[in-house]
Amino acid sequence: MINLFTQISKYLNIVIIAFYTYNAFRVFSLTDKDKKDKIYRKMKRIIYLFHFVCYVVIFLNTSSLKVVELYIVQVAAMSIIFAIYPWIYSNISKLLLNNMMLLLTIGYVMLTRLNFDKAMKQFAIATLSIVICIVVPIIIEKIKKLQKYGWVYGALGIAILLSVLFLGVSNYGATNWITILGFTFQPSEFVKIIFVFCIASLLSKRQDFKYVVVVTVLAAAHVLILVLEKDLGGALIFFVTYLIMLYIATSQPLYFFAGLGAGCVASYLAYHMFSHVRVRVAAWRDPWKLIDNEGYQVSQSLFAIGTGGWFGMGLYQGLPTSIPVVDSDFIFSAISEEMGGFFAILLILIYISCFLMFVTISMKIQDLFYKLLALGLSTLYMFQVFLAIGGVTKFIPSTGVTLPLVSYGGSSILSSVIMFSIIQGLFIMNQDRNEKIEKKRRKSQKAKK
Amino acid sequence: MRKLKRREENPKKQKNNKIFSFHNNRSKENKENQGNTSAYSGELEEAKVKKDGKNREIIHITYMFVGLFVLVIGYFSYFMISKSNEVINNPYNKRHDLLAEHIVRGKILSADGKTLAETVVDDKGNETRLYPYRNMYSHVVGRFSKGKTGIESIENFHLLTSNDNAFVQIFNELSGEKNIGDNVVATLDTKLQEIAYDALGNQKGAIVVMEPSSGKILAMVSKPDYDPNEINSNWEKLVEDKENNSALINRATQGLYPPGSIFKILTVLEYMRENPDYNDYKYNCTGEDVFNSVKIHCYNNESHGTVDIKKSFSESCNTSFANMGTKINMKSFRELCDSFLFNSNLPTNLPYNPSSFTISGSSNVNEMPQTVIGQGKTQITPLHAALITSTVANGGVMMKPYVVDHVENVNGTVVKKYMPEIYKTLMTPEEAQILTSFMEETVKTGTADALSGKKYTSAGKTGSAEHQDGKRPHSWYVGFAPAEKPEIVVSIIVESAGTGSAYAVPIASKIFDAYFK
Repeated sequence: MINLFTQISKYLNIVIIAFYTYNAFRVFSLTDKDKKDKIYRKMKRIIYLFHFVCYVVIFLNTSSLKVVELYIVQVAAMSIIFAIYPWIYSNISKLLLNNMMLLLTIGYVMLTRLNFDKAMKQFAIATLSIVICIVVPIIIEKIKKLQKYGWVYGALGIAILLSVLFLGVSNYGATNWITILGFTFQPSEFVKIIFVFCIASLLSKRQDFKYVVVVTVLAAAHVLILVLEKDLGGALIFFVTYLIMLYIATSQPLYFFAGLGAGCVASYLAYHMFSHVRVRVAAWRDPWKLIDNEGYQVSQSLFAIGTGGWFGMGLYQGLPTSIPVVDSDFIFSAISEEMGGFFAILLILIYISCFLMFVTISMKIQDLFYKLLALGLSTLYMFQVFLAIGGVTKFIPSTGVTLPLVSYGGSSILSSVIMFSIIQGLFIMNQDRNEKIEKKRRKSQKAKK
Repeated sequence: MRKLKRREENPKKQKNNKIFSFHNNRSKENKENQGNTSAYSGELEEAKVKKDGKNREIIHITYMFVGLFVLVIGYFSYFMISKSNEVINNPYNKRHDLLAEHIVRGKILSADGKTLAETVVDDKGNETRLYPYRNMYSHVVGRFSKGKTGIESIENFHLLTSNDNAFVQIFNELSGEKNIGDNVVATLDTKLQEIAYDALGNQKGAIVVMEPSSGKILAMVSKPDYDPNEINSNWEKLVEDKENNSALINRATQGLYPPGSIFKILTVLEYMRENPDYNDYKYNCTGEDVFNSVKIHCYNNESHGTVDIKKSFSESCNTSFANMGTKINMKSFRELCDSFLFNSNLPTNLPYNPSSFTISGSSNVNEMPQTVIGQGKTQITPLHAALITSTVANGGVMMKPYVVDHVENVNGTVVKKYMPEIYKTLMTPEEAQILTSFMEETVKTGTADALSGKKYTSAGKTGSAEHQDGKRPHSWYVGFAPAEKPEIVVSIIVESAGTGSAYAVPIASKIFDAYFK
């Protein structure tokens, strides 16, 4: 009977999340506010339903009362967040809020299934992050001087990265962790955001060649330090984000392609200089040959995805724990194994829906600094999703980055929530301004009459 | 998503011109923007013009990312549809054991419908894997416990997957019953397997019987063997292997042997390719000769007199072949052997050892006389010898060998069918025809004349491979029948038995007789 419910639930989840995803794209084509709000309410209900179904399955399979407690606390937290955000910010993007909550929920469910303690921790950190980040939109909207400190951001970023290089601890082969007051975290997750502020600020001021060279040197310094820390995923994310921001700021495809060329040369050099790069590439080319060592993780991941098939094995019916680091970098494989390949594709589409919203916001903003900021963060986010999913499906070599909002990891969650909040801030800022403009126009029209 | 794109496209087209006109004085404008954010709050129109300044680029980036993710989803779907089956069948995939909790392992059946392996469930629900033919299929069908081998290993996933009626499956799930796994139907023929198995008798060795036109393996025997029913109780003894039997090894695919004279098939092919006037070839054999500084004997120092190329082959004249060897380019000989899958992977999913051929352009010429007659450092597996022989029989086209014909559900509905696949064309039909005529001569008048005068024609090559001083040579025979339209290929090795003519040819005769009865 438990098995039957587990099996039925996996089909049900695919259906309701497919409906959610459809709506997450449909809202882009709608302009009527009431219609949109109706869809957002529908999406919210789906999140609650999905959450409920999954926790029933988890409870049936574990018979643990702790699961029920966690569920209740999560529902409470979720309803408070859903209530408080629109109350403080009337002009919030509900699509982003819904998507963020759904991604977090998918993460909670999978983590509870994989490791209860980590799921609790994840939930605590995520909730705390959201509470803290309530102030972020106000900061973005009210503090107009944010765009003035480009060089300060740059110096700060470099300083943090350097301190990690010298004081950091190694974890999974990369030296990108640091311990302060007993908390271990990954500073590059935050430097990413500072970096986008830095580049947005600098490139919004001037775009002449000399200046661009100087900024590029600064960006290259970031990337280089990350390479020295052996944080390849991080280095790639910084690199691509810079390239794209540069392209937007200068409108020069030449810079973009020159940068891409330089990136290819650098990758070639990195391949020949660093053995850990070669190991990753070898494991990507033929994980089966190296199945006992370097290829183990990727092949386990492919076993998981393949055995799960399109509909998945159902929660608790697979063997996701056989994949090393499954709760963080490889959580996509676990989701695909137990919830199904269709579900995994829907997850990708939800990420794309977020990205399209990010980009839409960026396009609506007029000020170049904020425009670049929004676009830089979108790139940061989307490229990381690409590296994470591409890596575990053997589309590209694995670079060991987390899946934003879903993977376990305090630093990753906090930085993702900050990113979403900044974008929310930009959206709210833009909406508020439009409303002002609208009001003024109406006033002047009235005056004319 | 499509709707959004369309929505974006229109402004893009309309505003292209404006974008270009801004191009040069953009930085100036931006400065204005910064210093004066409130200035444009009133002028919606002006703001609208400005905001489009960078949106063309942003749209490019959006397309780029959406394109990237379309590729990811495409790759993911491609993996799910056409790769995953092969991937998850890997013995390293621990998930197979999970499936076993819900599925009763399916049967392995022969091509003629006999049960080769089945799982029997007793009243208490205990499952036992039974092998009715005991030792006969111990290597090719393999075993289930102590590390799966053979078909039990390569088809593990299908045996543990049920494609039974969906309603039956749901019903079973509800009532807590296990579903019945799919059956795997092998290409093996019990009649031929039995004949081959009995013909090898108590000798060590291996036999591969295959269909050259498709690559189907019809029989595969390796001795010494073991009873897979008793594997758990005999395991220690088999691993310890006091008598040096290596019974756990599938000699047919993993046993590496010197090829002896069967290798002359490749030598004569190389000689013909390099010397188009091979029809004029003549050599006077006195039973013994020196090439470079290497002395070569014919078997028992028998002198064959004046031989042409055909007679050299059919009489397996070593001195004549060593003589041909002096006219063969070592580098291109290596290329030929590499193309015939020496030193590389065989196109099969059965576990095997790759054959080796070590001569290269830089080798010492003194290695050649031994190498061209199949001695020296060359090593080959019986399966590989069967593949080369099949290539000749199949007009120069090598087919990929396979042991599983299809997978069917418990009701007999075919779930997955394995089709014959071409590996590569390795020689021209003319070359295959000439080699066939040489091999026919071997049967008509040469070393395999015990096969002449049958009601079927056949073609082949014997080999007596020296492997250790003081021991009798390994006895080889590779051949096919009927010679003009080959239906069946055999590759036979009897370890340390004696000449190919005396020990391997009679086994081939029994197999052919049974097949053409």
